[in-house]
Amino acid sequence: MDVIIQLQRQLSDYTNSLYREGFLDDQFKQLQQLQDESNPDFVVEVVYLFFEDSERLISELAKTLSQQPMDFKKMDAHVHQLKGSSSSIGAQRVQKVCIAFRNYCEEQNIDGCLKCLQLLRNEYTLVKNRLETMFKMEKQVLGAGGSIPLN
Amino acid sequence: MNNPSKKISVLVVDDDPMVRRINNAFLNKYKLETQVAKNGKEAVEFCISGNCFDLILMDMEMPIMDGPQATKELRAMGVNSRIVGLTSRNLESEKKAFIEAGLDDCLEKPLNNRIIEYLLQSLQMAEKP
Repeated sequence: MDVIIQLQRQLSDYTNSLYREGFLDDQFKQLQQLQDESNPDFVVEVVYLFFEDSERLISELAKTLSQQPMDFKKMDAHVHQLKGSSSSIGAQRVQKVCIAFRNYCEEQNIDGCLKCLQLLRNEYTLVKNRLETMFKMEKQVLGAGGSIPLN
Repeated sequence: MNNPSKKISVLVVDDDPMVRRINNAFLNKYKLETQVAKNGKEAVEFCISGNCFDLILMDMEMPIMDGPQATKELRAMGVNSRIVGLTSRNLESEKKAFIEAGLDDCLEKPLNNRIIEYLLQSLQMAEKP
């Protein structure tokens, strides 16, 4: 029993740190509340759809940024899509970089776009690692016979 | 809508599978009956084949047929469902063109509890004589 309580506490602290550090916002909390017995893997499912989408879009962005002449309209469309999917799951820091990225697309600022692509890669990798760690911790809690605490 | 025992029916129109999955789950939480369409053309076809919806949640940018075009076609067919555009576009001119296509309302993505509660209230208000 003590083990379960300890694992639940660790999970709860970890999840709270993701909100505190701005990786996630209230939208993610609302998604967690949609998960129930009839929908037990809902959050993992949508987060993995987000990973697939983000990786495809980041690679499209890198390709567009390496081509001459640079197609800012196409780049803006990719960033717009990523902004939409990151806001849908509450990946706040990724969403914020997308907002800055779109401004640089509008200004046709190549240096700004290159900087934002790097930032986007960093923020996406960070949130992906954090979410995967959170899912592993959830599995440990469930494996020990506990339930997932709602933050 | 006039029959209190009848569930409110919603058509979610969005090309992104993740958004469709999330919106569907949010709407089901409020016990709404949902169907999904992957683009505007599918939404138009749903209505041509006789499906009626109390509410249509329409994405703006979609392949094959986008939200403004689908909204125009639905209105031209005489569809009088409440059609609400959902977009993350910030430009007022783009939103204005979408509204002028025949929307009842245009809201900012993503869908969440606050937006659904607002939509349900709007549906109730629209029903009052």
